[in-house]
Amino acid sequence: MKRSVKYLASLAAASLLGGAGLANAEPVKIGMITTLSTGAGYLGQDVRDGFLLAVKEEGGKLGGIDVEVMVEDDGRKPGNGKQIADKFLDKEGAEIITGVIFSNISPVVAPLALKAGAFYVSPNSAPSTFAGKQCHENYFAVAWQNDSLHESAGIYATKLGYNNAYILAPNYQAGKDSLAGFKRYFKGEIVGETYTKLGQTDYAAEIAKVRDAKPEMVFHFLPGGMGINFLKQYAQAGLKDEIPIVVSSASMDAGIVKAVGEIALGVKSSSHWNHDLDNEANKAFLTGFREAYDRNPTVYAGQGYDTAKLIASALKATGGKVKDDPDGFRAAMKAANFDSVRGNFKFNTNNHPINDWVGRVVEKADDGTYYNKTIEVVAEGLADAYASDCSLK
Amino acid sequence: MNSGRALIAVTFTVLAIALPYLLSAAGEEYLIGSATRIVIYALAAMSLNLILGYGGMISFGHAAYFGVGAYVVGIASFHVFDGSTIFGFAGTDAALLAWPLAIILSGLFALVLGALCLRTSGAYFIMITLAFAQMLFFLFVSLEQYGGDDGVIMYNGRNTLPGLDLGNDTTFYYVCLVFLIGFSLLMSSLIQSRFGRVLRACKQNEDRMRALGCNTTQYKLAAFVIAGSVAGLAGALNANLTEFVSPDYVHWTKSGDLMIMVILGGIGTLTGPIIGSAAFLLLEEFLPVAFETVGLVDWKEHWRIVFGPILIVIVLFARGGIHSLIVRGQSDDR
Amino acid sequence: MTLFFEQLLNGLQLGVFLFLVSAGLTLIFGIMGVINLAHGSLFMVGAFLAATVTEATGSFFIGLAGGIVAAGLVGMLMEYLVIQHLYHRDHLDQVLATFGIILFANELVAMIWGRTPLFYSAPDYLNGSIEIIPGIIYPVYRLFIIAVGAAVAIGLYLIIARTRVGMLIRAGSTNRDMVGVLGVNISQLFLLLFGFGAVLAGLAGAMAGPLISVEVGMGEQQLILAFVVVVIGGIGSVRGALVGAVLVGVVDTLGRAFIPDILKTFMDPASADGIGAGLSSMSIYILMAIILVLKPNGLFPVVSARH
Repeated sequence: MKRSVKYLASLAAASLLGGAGLANAEPVKIGMITTLSTGAGYLGQDVRDGFLLAVKEEGGKLGGIDVEVMVEDDGRKPGNGKQIADKFLDKEGAEIITGVIFSNISPVVAPLALKAGAFYVSPNSAPSTFAGKQCHENYFAVAWQNDSLHESAGIYATKLGYNNAYILAPNYQAGKDSLAGFKRYFKGEIVGETYTKLGQTDYAAEIAKVRDAKPEMVFHFLPGGMGINFLKQYAQAGLKDEIPIVVSSASMDAGIVKAVGEIALGVKSSSHWNHDLDNEANKAFLTGFREAYDRNPTVYAGQGYDTAKLIASALKATGGKVKDDPDGFRAAMKAANFDSVRGNFKFNTNNHPINDWVGRVVEKADDGTYYNKTIEVVAEGLADAYASDCSLK
Repeated sequence: MNSGRALIAVTFTVLAIALPYLLSAAGEEYLIGSATRIVIYALAAMSLNLILGYGGMISFGHAAYFGVGAYVVGIASFHVFDGSTIFGFAGTDAALLAWPLAIILSGLFALVLGALCLRTSGAYFIMITLAFAQMLFFLFVSLEQYGGDDGVIMYNGRNTLPGLDLGNDTTFYYVCLVFLIGFSLLMSSLIQSRFGRVLRACKQNEDRMRALGCNTTQYKLAAFVIAGSVAGLAGALNANLTEFVSPDYVHWTKSGDLMIMVILGGIGTLTGPIIGSAAFLLLEEFLPVAFETVGLVDWKEHWRIVFGPILIVIVLFARGGIHSLIVRGQSDDR
Repeated sequence: MTLFFEQLLNGLQLGVFLFLVSAGLTLIFGIMGVINLAHGSLFMVGAFLAATVTEATGSFFIGLAGGIVAAGLVGMLMEYLVIQHLYHRDHLDQVLATFGIILFANELVAMIWGRTPLFYSAPDYLNGSIEIIPGIIYPVYRLFIIAVGAAVAIGLYLIIARTRVGMLIRAGSTNRDMVGVLGVNISQLFLLLFGFGAVLAGLAGAMAGPLISVEVGMGEQQLILAFVVVVIGGIGSVRGALVGAVLVGVVDTLGRAFIPDILKTFMDPASADGIGAGLSSMSIYILMAIILVLKPNGLFPVVSARH
């Protein structure tokens, strides 16, 4: 970890120097507001590192244009997010705001950025509000629309032939959205639906109910530590081999696989990216990331990298003009003329991506570690459910 | 009030009034948001200080009232945007309606909670106030209509006040400042009044006050309600500042933060909570920057590793907080 | 019916686990009069060290021992540096200083181990499930926790009721100064006692690792529950902690298991799920509030000469 951080420091210095060396224009300022501390800090770290990797590849530039990336930690607190956004927009004059991980931060930060005439590019969180009625021409979501994650899991579960499922999520908005998303595409019956406490650690009661309901499979959306708690206890209850688990990528990212070890073995998940996707951009990204940071990237790193590449393609098209040529920059963003690590990439009318989704299963590698292996394509060109509510063309 | 304290009060007031001009002269206008946050938290911390510093009631759930006030504003604004009603009432964006409502409801909430909590004392009191705040936290999380954990965004922007544009950051700052100065004046006369003297006497020896025939619980409850109402107002203001409300307002660490502000600045002093709020929020904002400046980039997100020990040192060695370092005297109450 | 019984057992098991977390807290609270918010940090230290040592040695039990010893040492260091200055302070100072320790400990752990959760698991023979009575299959590891919890409860009872140290503890909790007058080195006794409380926290943390995510901040989730337990039981009472823990465990588990279903009998399913989940999240706090309103000093108040 130390090493990667040192690397970052020199990287930041390099990008600054790069900016100073080419004195022909001010670098484009990009404000990254992300979650680096708290238990979920690894999400933000990977988004940041993925993004900065793309900047480093060009020696402090994106699309041949000098950029200055300012990174701040929101601590997962909306108030801090606002504070940082104010600073980036008013004081530093950021033209692009990115980095937000969580759906409780984006509703605060995105409107500020849009009001200031800046572009908001989300590498992760994409709540339904901004995909539907409140969509905005300068708001772009690079990863997915929140619901799509779980919709793809619903499609995958149907494809795997399960006739019924027991579903669980924490009792909060993202949890409810996740179950709604899963149900939207799952064709089987829902034999049980349980909302758990936010930050819950003991799941014995829920697991007993699952056992009692005898479903063919379990879907859950318990992000971060909650999912780890659940999986450990689920396996110890002896249910993992009896009732298989199908989840979305957020519930089975590389961090979680590492934290639960062999318990993850055999768990299936749907994802829009995996390290073994066979395309050139992905291979280059993997090599570069491992070299720069000495660890394996999670899906969040891929999203951060894609975000940077997308911005690079638009900067290149406008010659570095953002706020000075909003129409041009917007059109270039929307064209999404870059090689995504997930292969195909295009935007829907509401500036949210139309993704292909793959099914993965956790397997054991020769060195004894566990990893997600892509096994099949689950859905091609899945658009989100809210685009029709959006007035953009 | 001795000259040292008067000097602090005057300096603060002048500085606070001049601040927007100083900031714009320095080209750092964006900091007005931070300054407003300090003013609002100072108001909340000062209300906590009434029960904590003067009344000796260690409430670990003061964020609850902050949250109630904020949610009143958030919910009222939500229904305006949504066009729906709540309990048959339409929503409102008018500050003159929403803010008094926030004060009244958080005061009522404090009345009910206080009546229950004041049956206990000592560590039990600390924990029962925490328990009620936790209940409220989970209640807000399960309010599906109001975004649950994600909270309510005030799409209409800040509340409206006839003749003033609260959407203007400088105007809003001055409005908050007026409330802070007003409550400071109120506090200053309150603690010198009979009410304040009884309250302070309760802190030192409640049994004696009871033996003297004084219904101490009533006094403590009254203080509890005042503190709750003002914290509710602060919550309402903060909702306006961020144009956003979420269960985060009631998180138990928020109660802890308010306590830290009181201690940091100087417990049982009039201006202590203001100093504490400023110190706390400035540290939070600038410690990471400081790490970056001295080249410790990897420490930036770990600024709490320094903040924790600062807190411990203040508690252990500087009991009167920053206030006592400035005044070099005893607090009003020790 | 078997489901109800199984849920009851789950509640009991959660209760025993909470007793492990809160036993040390109530001892320190009761005897030394210190509210130690950093108890959760010791819990975290126990889990992280257990994970590291298990990883290094490949043995879960050596890991367990490592976690316990580390928590004990860290606890004694904590007592020496900070806590001992707090014995004669009011609760407010204690709350804030130990809150400061939490902030420090969380960042330190994050800097050393990073923010990705750590992994370790119990040995295979503790990992499966067995059919304890026909129809009820129960995880062995949870039975193991019940056994360890019972052993700790009995052990604590014997120490406190039968030994000279226990006598000092009892004497110290009623009148701390008197024990000092009798010629016992109070500061040494307290250092050891705090270390012992930390050992219990470390044990709970190390035991919890195979069940819950080993991550920064994992202690705080347990801390608040532990305080609920301690306060319900009566501060300082180990017996109270046991009863309080089981009560909290059962109420929490049964609430999560049955409240939504009960609500569904007279509400539409969607709101029953939402309100049910909300109510069951609040259940233990409601329980605590009711108990404290009725019995302001908890279920088993400890008579003390000082406040």
